[in-house]
Amino acid sequence: MTALAALIRRDIRIALRVGGGALIGVLFFLTVTVLMPFAIGPDLPLLTRLGPAILWLGALLASLLTLDRLFTADHEDGSLDLIVMGRTPLELACAAKALAHWLAAGLPLIVATPVLGLMLNLDATATSAVALTLLAGTPALTFTGMIGAALAVTLHRGGLLLAVLVLPLSIPVLIFGVAASQAAISGPLAFGTPFSILCALSLVSFVVGPFAAAASLRHGLD
Amino acid sequence: MTLIDLANPTKFLSLTTRVLPWLAVATAILLLVGFYQAAMAPDDYQQGATVKIMFVHVPNAWLSMFVWGVMSVAALGTLVWRHPLADVAAKAAAPIGAAFTFLALVTGALWGRPMWGTYWEWDARLTSVLILFLMYLGLMALWRAVDDPSRAARAAAILTLVGALNLPIIKFSVDWWNTLHQPASVMRMGGPSLDNAFLIPLLVMAVGFTLLFVTLHLAAMRNEILRRRVRSLQMMQASQQAA
Repeated sequence: MTALAALIRRDIRIALRVGGGALIGVLFFLTVTVLMPFAIGPDLPLLTRLGPAILWLGALLASLLTLDRLFTADHEDGSLDLIVMGRTPLELACAAKALAHWLAAGLPLIVATPVLGLMLNLDATATSAVALTLLAGTPALTFTGMIGAALAVTLHRGGLLLAVLVLPLSIPVLIFGVAASQAAISGPLAFGTPFSILCALSLVSFVVGPFAAAASLRHGLD
Repeated sequence: MTLIDLANPTKFLSLTTRVLPWLAVATAILLLVGFYQAAMAPDDYQQGATVKIMFVHVPNAWLSMFVWGVMSVAALGTLVWRHPLADVAAKAAAPIGAAFTFLALVTGALWGRPMWGTYWEWDARLTSVLILFLMYLGLMALWRAVDDPSRAARAAAILTLVGALNLPIIKFSVDWWNTLHQPASVMRMGGPSLDNAFLIPLLVMAVGFTLLFVTLHLAAMRNEILRRRVRSLQMMQASQQAA
């Protein structure tokens, strides 16, 4: 347990320090969201309608952008080999790394959501709905994305491949995240149903992600 | 002859040399009979002659999912049983599966144009087949990204299994997504159960296309084994010259 806690602390510390790149994700999220009105037009009612979808897409792309960092830096300096060989089960170590990555790169996205919601002319209900669904859904993005990151790191130059592999897997999360936000804003469906399914997707990814990532690290690293 | 005997590529090659011609002939006969029956099948009272697209479309759609199933079994073979031919089977199946999925999409679009008035509709079923196609392409990209076949095999096996787990979830969420946005306004097959005049040619075509897949798959596996042999011979030659 102490080993896992130490791993989480270490990963967060590295991510937040110079060269860590955790906050790049937020910057990217901000930039993508700011770009949207340029493409769509400064039409506030339209932006209100598209707001949840824009925020979700931005968060999805931002979390994809930073996923590459999950294993590559550790692979380059050799600490990934130590983690693989260590006594802590690799599945738990992978889960800890993903958790740390989410805390450092995923949580800031949710903190930034209210500001961006304001810019997209979302009211308080809509903004809190989007923030809540992001809180429930982004862990699933990190944990399923981890599978792609683990595959990519074993392939040496897999960075480009990562997006192609991970994006189709994130479709369910996107669907239910946006559906829950829209349900909270305009109905007619209850917010609870898609939100529960979103939580279920996250829970499933907590189980599947670490095992698949650990398997691909074990098989792939030499 | 059990599965483990086939672990020897030479035995596999000699077996397929004997089996392949028969399979090819059986495929050709079944497909010819199927096409003939499909051509002779009566026109649908609503759809007219366009209903005949179904005889090509449905087998392709069926195979697009069947091939992923074959690859999942092969992935288990790679990861669990370490069967030496499993990764060859998985690698050879991916492009064939992608081709069937692509054909299902194209024939579906051609069928949709006269029936729905549009080539593409963001219908739940179409969308999930499109995602399946994207996943095939991603898998093929993964195979091409690594030069060492055994490393690529294990990575691809994990992705295949994750995909097999995820495909039902994607299918379910796309169904949800579509019903949320619009009610099922699109005309669907299979509302009234099929008449025998359509069902029998369809079954013949389905079996024929499945045999076509088996034939192509075995041939592609042969090619892959031979390609690997050529490659290792070239490597040996190069290292001899270097020494």
